[in-house]
Amino acid sequence: MSKVNDVMAWIDERIPLTATWDKHVGKYYAPKNFNFWYYFGSLALLVLVIQIVTGIFLTMNYKPDGELAFKSVEYIMRDVNWGWLIRYMHSTGASMFFVVVYLHMMRGIMYGSYKKPRELLWIFGMLIYLVLMAEAFMGYLLPWGQMSFWGAQVIISLFGAIPWVGDAITLWLRGDYVVADATLNRFFALHVIAMPLVLIGLVFVHIIALHEVGSNNPDGVDIKKNKGADGIPVDGIPFHPYYTVKDLVGVAVFLIVFFAIVFFAPEMGGYFLEHANYVPADPLKTPEHIAPVWYFTPFYAILRAMPDKLFGVIAMFSAIAVLFFLPWIDRGPVRSIRYRSFQYKVILIAFVVAFVVLGYYGMQPVTPAGTWISRLCSLTYFGFFVALFFISKNENTKPVPERVKY
Amino acid sequence: MNSLTKIISVAAILVAPAFAGAAGGGAALDHFTPERTDRTLQRGAKVFMNYCSGCHSADYHRYSHMARDIGLSDSAVVENLIFTTDDAGEKTKVGALMGNNMSAEYGKEAFGVVPPNLALVARSRGVDWLYTYMRSFYLDESRPFGANNTVFPQVGMPHVLSDLQGWRKPIYTTDSEGHEKLAGFQQVTAGTLSEDEYDATITDLVSFLDYLGDPNREARHSLGIKVMLFLLIFLVLAVFLKKEYWKDIPH
Amino acid sequence: MATDKVAPGGRRDPDGVDKKRRRMLTTGMGVVGAAGAAALAVPLISSMSPSARARAAGAPVEVDISKLAEGQRVIVEWRGKPVWVVKRTQTLLDGLQQVQGELRDVESDDSIQPEYAKNEFRSIKPEILVMVGICTHLGCSPSYRPEVAPADLGDSWKGGFFCPCHGSRFDISGRVYKGVPAPTNLDVPPHYYMSDTRILVGADEGQV
Repeated sequence: MSKVNDVMAWIDERIPLTATWDKHVGKYYAPKNFNFWYYFGSLALLVLVIQIVTGIFLTMNYKPDGELAFKSVEYIMRDVNWGWLIRYMHSTGASMFFVVVYLHMMRGIMYGSYKKPRELLWIFGMLIYLVLMAEAFMGYLLPWGQMSFWGAQVIISLFGAIPWVGDAITLWLRGDYVVADATLNRFFALHVIAMPLVLIGLVFVHIIALHEVGSNNPDGVDIKKNKGADGIPVDGIPFHPYYTVKDLVGVAVFLIVFFAIVFFAPEMGGYFLEHANYVPADPLKTPEHIAPVWYFTPFYAILRAMPDKLFGVIAMFSAIAVLFFLPWIDRGPVRSIRYRSFQYKVILIAFVVAFVVLGYYGMQPVTPAGTWISRLCSLTYFGFFVALFFISKNENTKPVPERVKY
Repeated sequence: MNSLTKIISVAAILVAPAFAGAAGGGAALDHFTPERTDRTLQRGAKVFMNYCSGCHSADYHRYSHMARDIGLSDSAVVENLIFTTDDAGEKTKVGALMGNNMSAEYGKEAFGVVPPNLALVARSRGVDWLYTYMRSFYLDESRPFGANNTVFPQVGMPHVLSDLQGWRKPIYTTDSEGHEKLAGFQQVTAGTLSEDEYDATITDLVSFLDYLGDPNREARHSLGIKVMLFLLIFLVLAVFLKKEYWKDIPH
Repeated sequence: MATDKVAPGGRRDPDGVDKKRRRMLTTGMGVVGAAGAAALAVPLISSMSPSARARAAGAPVEVDISKLAEGQRVIVEWRGKPVWVVKRTQTLLDGLQQVQGELRDVESDDSIQPEYAKNEFRSIKPEILVMVGICTHLGCSPSYRPEVAPADLGDSWKGGFFCPCHGSRFDISGRVYKGVPAPTNLDVPPHYYMSDTRILVGADEGQV
């Protein structure tokens, strides 16, 4: 043991290894009352690692070339040893990333984790979400199937709605008159280098911000207000070993779900890998029904619900942008849903239902009924933020306890 | 413009939108469960190589890979299932991709569209569609090759299995709301196979196409079960470990 | 150790902790986790081995030697490497005996060749040489120098192969000379005669 201590001492004189470990893991005191919703942060980190590792190995055999891309994916699926496993892990990981991130965001909203002093933490998280969407969108072009092609075509065309400069911007984004080899090549570069670098950087500052202010909890109680004689929050427990072992349980359950999809249903009935994407990209023929992958469909439904192109694009981007302002839209001091008013619970449920329904209609072909339902849900979506702004001002909340309830 | 080119270009115009519209609605599809036995896949491979691969390529997959998966030796595949030549003009090697010798230009000229690669057709169209489609050709003199299809109206593909199935015509009935509905087919000329035998042949073929689309499904499933068992052990251990440590936390 | 870290604030007495059970569970978790990580590493690492395409392209190749003249060499590609097939003249074969004293590995004990080519000629039939044309030093392809005593290689040269990269010399059986950088003789690939005039390079007889 003393040999190990000597080595540690040698290292600690040069870099703050023990200090860093203590600050972020060993002596990072997290509230002891984390529940189910608190698994998704560490799981998001796990998926990020899975995506980076499998992505590196896919890059070894993938060809970012309009002539070769589709075939190189099949080459990975059939000729490369274990290529199918690596590719299915990556495609499943893309969808699972959004599953855990949506649940993670839901947790943040429910327990008011965006409120003072965690505004920047929330904004870094939102930036991660934004970059993740860009990363997923660009990655989806790479298999160069029909859905890849037409999905990219539609989304890039959105920028054409910008007055005056729209067409110039779309042309510049594509690097050609339609989505083409140049587009594929630059999306590849952005997908494998630029976006992951930004993502890792943002994840880093997200965690730094979290550890600076400390974790919120399902009661929304500030555990730092209640410290023991040793200066440690009475309701805090060290992250390691208590939350490392707890997160391991989450990891095990997650991996069971993840690998069940990878091995038994990698297409997930066409939601994770769309059927039309098994046809190579053809610029002359649009598939009869195109829809983005499921994680984009709520916003896509908002876009389609609007009768005007520019207005639709504005609505879609606003739907994401408004989330950034949540810390200031919500004016109430009480964090957790447990101690908030009945009205708040009603509008939050309406918001979640609207989001899910929008996601469903975003996958369906356009029908008059679907469009009207989407409009209603879009209204509910934005209505949540308006209602929250007014409700939270003088909200009839329950008293928040001094200590966390277990 | 001579008359043949005229017919072909008209056909091309008609086929293009029909192709796009075919995957979705329209005729009801028969349910199909693909089989994965070596015998079925071997018979399916034979049908595929004899009737389909003249026009349709499957060049994402290798003959040798197929041989291994459907229980044939490389030499049996070379002798019985390879009918193409490679760039050097020699018989295609068993390690090569399952391409064909028809150029895309010729395909486009002859059929209006390049006959699609069939390696992934079971994943893009689904096996129900394929099984119904291959049993829905009918005699229609107005079409360039005398064949039409109830699942894929105005199809560009000829009925290549007509010598097996013979020729048939669809029977339509009118339902109470006045909509025309497909009731079945009436045999016009007999083929060499009975209806049951023909359906069995299509079962073989579509099972083979299903294999081509997802060749390692079985390996995936059997490995998947092992991974699940491993992860269950991992989960049980993790739960015990968590419970043990959390004894420290009073609640 | 983690087991000694007990959370503050009215926690249970550390003495009440079953340390043995903790250690056992922690070790078990470590072992299972490491096994899982190792199992996951297998597909990732083996995905970098030659794919089915590379293996198909590296399949044995046939060489027709019916038109090969005496002293002539043909080069075929096997696994992306040049394979030489040389029909040696009697003069060249006679030279093999004379250079023996200058060679590093006369009996080819330290070199790579199939058992049937571990002889003076390093071939199945003395006149026909089948050899991988890659220098055993650093992978250049030596040049074929069948002429006897050329000006640049000296009077004692009885015909052979000369590597231009670092000056390694080999006799006409691909055996390396002493005092040059190449450590061993040139490799002989597995091969066999399908008929008198056709050789299959890349497989032993009965293997395909």
